[in-house]
Amino acid sequence: MKLTKEEVEKLAHLARMKLTPEEVSKYSEQLTDILDYVQMLSELDTKGVPETSQVTGLSNVTREDEIKMDLCKPEELLKCSPLPVANRQIRVKRII
Amino acid sequence: MGDLNWLSIKEANSGLKKKDFSSEDLVKACLRQLEETDKKLNNFVTVTEELALERARAVDKKIAQGEEIGVLEGVPAGIKDILNTREVRTTCSSKMLENFVPPYESTATARLLENGYVLLGKTNLDEFACGVSTERSAFGTSLNPWNTDCVAGGSSGGSTSAVAAGQIFYSLGTDTGGSIRLPASFCGCVGLKVTYGRVSRFGVTSMASSWDTIGPIARSVEDAAIVLNAIAGHDPYDATTPKIEVPDYTKNLSYDVKGLRIGIPDEYFSDGVDEEVKEKVMEAIKEFEKMGASLKKISLPLTKYGVAVYYVTMPGELSTNLARFDGVRFGYKPEGEMSDLIDYYKKVRGEGFGDEIKRRIMVGTFVLSAGYADAYYKQAQRVRTLFIREFQDAFKDVDVIMAPSAPSPAMKVGEKVNDPLAMYLLDVLTIPASTAGLPAISIPCGFSSDGLPIGLQIIGPQWAETEVLKAASAYEQATDWNKMRPKLG
Repeated sequence: MKLTKEEVEKLAHLARMKLTPEEVSKYSEQLTDILDYVQMLSELDTKGVPETSQVTGLSNVTREDEIKMDLCKPEELLKCSPLPVANRQIRVKRII
Repeated sequence: MGDLNWLSIKEANSGLKKKDFSSEDLVKACLRQLEETDKKLNNFVTVTEELALERARAVDKKIAQGEEIGVLEGVPAGIKDILNTREVRTTCSSKMLENFVPPYESTATARLLENGYVLLGKTNLDEFACGVSTERSAFGTSLNPWNTDCVAGGSSGGSTSAVAAGQIFYSLGTDTGGSIRLPASFCGCVGLKVTYGRVSRFGVTSMASSWDTIGPIARSVEDAAIVLNAIAGHDPYDATTPKIEVPDYTKNLSYDVKGLRIGIPDEYFSDGVDEEVKEKVMEAIKEFEKMGASLKKISLPLTKYGVAVYYVTMPGELSTNLARFDGVRFGYKPEGEMSDLIDYYKKVRGEGFGDEIKRRIMVGTFVLSAGYADAYYKQAQRVRTLFIREFQDAFKDVDVIMAPSAPSPAMKVGEKVNDPLAMYLLDVLTIPASTAGLPAISIPCGFSSDGLPIGLQIIGPQWAETEVLKAASAYEQATDWNKMRPKLG
């Protein structure tokens, strides 16, 4: 599976990362190597084998829908933002 | 009192109780060791000197007033810088979180706090725990105390090097595909990867959520068990922690392994593993036979597929988890003009993430993308099921599996840094146990001819930490490897 520079650029866009042209050509080679390597998984017959997405065997772990503030306060969380905060809201660049 | 920083946790506790020394003395001994060795080793991202002294004095006051203290109380530790510590900067060794001060505590460290632990600082790692050498840290590489031309290993390399160099008594690390066991093997200390779900992941920055575990790194099996006692168990904040009873892990550390059935998997002694490593590990396993255990050759033919399973599913989960780093609620703030929010995201992530993270995010984005998810991601998840079955079958005939922790001793700094795939392959012997969420420990079992530590890995069935620790402890009692100390500058 060869990944072209265009495909790398598309992946970078999907992942919202700006890459330099040097990065694009480096990743194009390295990603190709990695995908070639993991290709070995297709050798294995997995017909009828269920997928494992977790290993604990737990299912439907629920809790009461209660607001708890014992860990920290909303103001403390908002203070982590590198952007301006006004009226408990974070000001971001325009979206549309 | 020159060697206080090298005591075991129990020795420290007993000295504190007898007032032979104070917790402040312990902190100062560790700080002195840090001062003398960390300019070179670079194990700490942040040192919390004032906070440590303050907490130590509070413990000393308690002792002076005749109050009882717990076994971890007043004993200094370092915490991998991916576990949130309230009001103490937590960087994940990333430029993205260079100035992040979490407003809440991870459950694992909160439990240590309840036990009166003293935080000496936050230890270095590969950025977001992605790497095998700490060469992917934004804050420099942690070096190996046995030979500073070599890496400490990763991703919990700052933790293992600090423990092995006597800078701290113990540490908490994280192990997703080998990030505790590999550096523990490289640095010659004890590193326990717990059963997935045994220790809460709450407040620990997620890497691959269905693989991530938190566990102790220490200089002895007993110390690791003491720390595990404090951090293990159900947590309402982590839905993947079952309400399974937490036994006293220190209680059964007997020397008796008579009748223990040990499986030795052929595939873990393949051509890709250094001769010296195979030799030392086999010698260690023979030691168990002398103590009355029985050895059985087994085969785990899927082993060679482990790295492939991991490097499909982990980047998938990683790319999803790291989507939260968008520079809005927390994180890096870029300079310069940006046209809109998408442009802002791209700049934040393009500049804030390091090379390895960007590589893995793109692999993850690819394997989850329409048209490829079935061939890559879902196939890897199905193979993961085969791994689980293979281990279940193996554990019908044996109680534990023994093998090397790593295919080689620590490599030189820079040796593999430009070859991502070669780095990934260093986890070939640790990943399989992780696929099935099994507990596994790395303990020192000898040295290479170059004087670098070699680690023995003991893998147990799900939730069988007790059996793993018991076996490891028996070997430790019968040998002197864990008493060796590196000669530091």
